[in-house]
Amino acid sequence: MLSAALAGLLLGLGVSGTAQAQEDVGVKGTLKDQDDNLIAGVEITVADAEGVEIATVASGEDGTWLVPLDAPGTYIVTLDESTLPGGLLVRNARPQLEVEVSSAVRTVLFPLDTQLDPDAEPLESESPSDSEGGEESEEPVAGAEAEEEVDPDLEGTGGAKRAVSLLFSGVHFGLMIALAAVGLSMVFGTTGLTNFSHGDLVTFGGVVALLVNVTFGLPVWIAVIGAVAAGALFGWLQDWGLWSPLRRRGTGLISMMIISIGVAMLIRFATLFFFGGERERYTQYVGQEPWDLGWLVITPKEVYTGLIAALVCSAVGAALVFTRLGKATRAVADNPSLAASTGIDVNRVVRLVWTIGGALAAMSGVFLSINDGVKFDMGQHLLLLVFSAVVLGGLGTAFGAFIGAMLIGVFVQMSTLVVSPELKYVGALAVLIVVMLTRPQGILGRRERIG
Amino acid sequence: MDWHFVFSQALTQAIGPTMLIYALAAIGLNVQFGYTGLLNFGQAAFAAMGAYGLALTVVAAGLPFGWGVLVGFLAAVVMALLLGIPTLRLRADYLAIVTIAAAEIVRRLARSTVWAEYTGGSDGMRGFSEPFFAMSPYSKDATWSFGFVSMDHGRLIVDLWLFDFQYSDRDLWVMTVGWALVAVFLLVIGLLVHSPWGRVLKGIREDEEAVRSLGKNVFAYKMQALVIGGIIGAAAGFVFALSRANVQPDTFSTDFTFYFYVVLILGGAARLFGPVLGAALFWFLYNLFSQSLNQAIRAELIPSSVLSGTQVGPLVFFLLGLGMVLLLIFRPQGILGNRRELMLDVR
Repeated sequence: MLSAALAGLLLGLGVSGTAQAQEDVGVKGTLKDQDDNLIAGVEITVADAEGVEIATVASGEDGTWLVPLDAPGTYIVTLDESTLPGGLLVRNARPQLEVEVSSAVRTVLFPLDTQLDPDAEPLESESPSDSEGGEESEEPVAGAEAEEEVDPDLEGTGGAKRAVSLLFSGVHFGLMIALAAVGLSMVFGTTGLTNFSHGDLVTFGGVVALLVNVTFGLPVWIAVIGAVAAGALFGWLQDWGLWSPLRRRGTGLISMMIISIGVAMLIRFATLFFFGGERERYTQYVGQEPWDLGWLVITPKEVYTGLIAALVCSAVGAALVFTRLGKATRAVADNPSLAASTGIDVNRVVRLVWTIGGALAAMSGVFLSINDGVKFDMGQHLLLLVFSAVVLGGLGTAFGAFIGAMLIGVFVQMSTLVVSPELKYVGALAVLIVVMLTRPQGILGRRERIG
Repeated sequence: MDWHFVFSQALTQAIGPTMLIYALAAIGLNVQFGYTGLLNFGQAAFAAMGAYGLALTVVAAGLPFGWGVLVGFLAAVVMALLLGIPTLRLRADYLAIVTIAAAEIVRRLARSTVWAEYTGGSDGMRGFSEPFFAMSPYSKDATWSFGFVSMDHGRLIVDLWLFDFQYSDRDLWVMTVGWALVAVFLLVIGLLVHSPWGRVLKGIREDEEAVRSLGKNVFAYKMQALVIGGIIGAAAGFVFALSRANVQPDTFSTDFTFYFYVVLILGGAARLFGPVLGAALFWFLYNLFSQSLNQAIRAELIPSSVLSGTQVGPLVFFLLGLGMVLLLIFRPQGILGNRRELMLDVR
């Protein structure tokens, strides 16, 4: 069976045929519980818009069901909750869905769980890329469907409490972006390279932690340490094996930028090759009971990962200001040739920046994956937000990157108060373009000619 | 292993409809990146403008097909102006980030459920291509044979013993139009870049300040290059939408643009025939690798524990990514390029 993500990928290149899609019309789905166990023997009824029953099927051993239809149109798909085994429920309390079937087999999603979503709160208190990832390439229809169906519930929850929750999840998300952004900005500052593969360093962290946690069966906190160490090593190796030789050859910055796109593809497709296109989760902290403080609902894992990220960011900031090496790094970022002439070993500083950048990006990847699971293209989607953060704060400055990341994180989450959640990234990207227009040097950037 | 099938597939695809999409988009990119040095990472969005402009005009607005083409081109021009006005005065890498962000905005807006009743959301749109195929001169039930060329119920088969080319009547019509577009654009660009106008473009790529000091309006030249490249990108979008008879938002991802760059760099940037050669080679290699790997798995030459069918796609793209990195390091001028012409730098 071709994985859905791969199918999307091939579609993007126009490899897959379209002929068969024109003939098959129908609805289908796969029933899974919260732990991804496949559920068999559940009855699903499909009726047309007038409510005339067309067919009733039961899900097979592999949890799948399929109802072929004669013509496109609006259909009502009902899941018979009484046939669900052992205490399972449809999580969003919508066992009946009205779906528009165009001219393909449409996936209909019934999220199953042992408990009802407490007014669908976890969806928003979980960090954003959850709904984001769902809508990406894994069965595009299913993701959009889920979002459509859950939305009205979100509207109903209390305004102030929701705003506070969103603010906190925005701060958390901002810290995650900051971890990645600091490295990206410092690499740019010291070498001038706009590194399009930085997002895939984030994925790398998540994947290494998955390896340690799931394959080796070690607890998540060891996986975090392992991923950060591996990320540092990966950053060091990348600079040692690729970027440093390229700089010595005098390769142009634009060539290097395009090479970084190639590197991003390499990492992404290697991940897809070895881990597949599915979203994988760690064995711990998956469905954590949130703390309900009355004015705020937050999961403990968010509090802890957020605090660690904040501490690490402050430590990096302090190191930049107070240590000798930190001062050297800032000097190189400011003016590499002047720094070199004062006796600073520029290549050593750049190597250090790559190592730390790799470690921080990996940490961001693990912390994001603790909430949302690992997927091969998670870093790619984060990358544009990281770019927005870096540009907003001022390219090349570590502190600017941090401030920019916090602003972008909060902005992305808070914007869902006004716009539909699927458009929240659009707002952040629009901010990026507006900043470019009005203040291209960013908040902390020095005013210089960049035209 | 069926080598005849592998080579037939690879060669059929090397000049087929899909290759034409990439060739056209890369020709547009060549004007922007190859000749002018503009880092447009949003070419997928220009293709989306063409595809969605056509589809929305024909399906949602119910206007004739010709209007759809016009709207598609206009949308691409508007997009180029919107992108260009704020960013063309900035340094090259800023343009890269802004165009990539704009392309992502376009894709997310296209897949949004907010106006799904018009755009179809993530399902995309279909039902706009019939007027195009109604114009096709190739009949569905033509059957004849002449030497090694035969037509079997509208399916053209060119049998060259070692391999054969096979195209359906719809493919043939898309290819006729697509190759005609390629020829026209190559001719126009060939004339343009050898004109004084084209020399100014290359001058901007080499040294913007020098051109400015000669009294040229650099901004206007860059904008013209962006618009022309965008229009050709929209034409690629038409071919894309029509060859598949549908448009889907997620096909216009940033990866789409990256493959245009692979195609362009493979063939040789700033060379007239570079994009066409690059696209043909890209699709030849892609099909050669993936078909022979698939065949090898089916013939159990490669045990399924080593490589499964679903892993072929990632593996081939991994190899293509690796090829791109190695190409840029060791032969940045591509197959046709001139090394001295492409020493781009932003600082």
